[in-house]
Amino acid sequence: MATKSIGVSQQPFEEIVAEHGPTVLRVCRAVLGPMDAEDAWSETFLAALRAYPRLRANSNIEAWLVTIAHRKALDHLRATSRRLVATDEVPERPAKDGSREGWESGLWEALEDLPLKQRQAIAYHYIVGMPYLQISEIVGGSEDAARRAAADGIATLRKTFSKGEAR
Amino acid sequence: MINERDLFAALPAIDEAVNGRLHQRLVEAANAAGLLDVAYRTIETPVGTLLLAATAKGLVRVAYASEDHDLVLERLARDVSPRILRAPARLDGVAREIDEYFARRRSTFDVPLDLQLSHGFRRTVLSHLPEIGYGKTASYAAVAKAAGHPKAVRAVGSACASNPLPVIVPCHRVVRSDGTIGQYVGGVEAKHMLLALESTA
Repeated sequence: MATKSIGVSQQPFEEIVAEHGPTVLRVCRAVLGPMDAEDAWSETFLAALRAYPRLRANSNIEAWLVTIAHRKALDHLRATSRRLVATDEVPERPAKDGSREGWESGLWEALEDLPLKQRQAIAYHYIVGMPYLQISEIVGGSEDAARRAAADGIATLRKTFSKGEAR
Repeated sequence: MINERDLFAALPAIDEAVNGRLHQRLVEAANAAGLLDVAYRTIETPVGTLLLAATAKGLVRVAYASEDHDLVLERLARDVSPRILRAPARLDGVAREIDEYFARRRSTFDVPLDLQLSHGFRRTVLSHLPEIGYGKTASYAAVAKAAGHPKAVRAVGSACASNPLPVIVPCHRVVRSDGTIGQYVGGVEAKHMLLALESTA
């Protein structure tokens, strides 16, 4: 009986976007917040599209995308801090395309107050479901440090954010 | 008090509007960066849903639903490039011409074609098919002769059966010498329908 499989060739990139796009957006939102999340998502998938034909067969595509998103998010954070240094004031950028829509009051404020490593660790672990060893390979440091960062971040969020109400 | 699940349920929902604008943005950026190797869309026609796919060079594939569009896209990923996105804009011109064809307002197609999926004698055969005018038919034997290999009648049949651009490259106008309709990549019924459409123009 003939099967649909045609060997080790790659899926059309459209399928990659459909399958992993939402998870990557949630990661970008949790790490970067409403203002920059969609920019980082777009940069991630454009970079992934560029590199895709060279991706090894049997790669973990989700981990590959999260690794790219991690770097793109860092680029945004660096650019933001440069802007802050240059202007010495908080940028008041209006949300483009309604990207702020749907955010629960206080959620991003609570996430933003966390150290970056904690935000990354909880996003990669609780949104993507990544094991801490893999997270440590992306963010640096040890597996234990990644586990601690996630636990500390969650402990803080329990105090600073409760669903549906601002602090 | 929250648990982890509640926390991430509190992130905004990702609805069709969000997916749609992100996808559109990716398509535009990919196109601008020269990374949209294959753009595709589908179109509804009297012979069913057709898949249309184009490279930067031109239309590279037209596929009937019976060919299994998911499988066709997988093969395009293997044979052309995996950098494939649903990106209707590149195919607007083709889609318009196909609409006009089915509305009997068009008898020839003049969109650029990319024949990279067809090789050797099969490609030679396909290059001769547009010589069979709208509303006309030719036998497999006549096409074999026109392609320079009068004895390659069966090869003409397989060239037609593997035509990557049905409807546009008119393999439906090739019929058997005894006047019966012969096989068709989109099924005999679709072939009948196309020939009937053209004959009443």
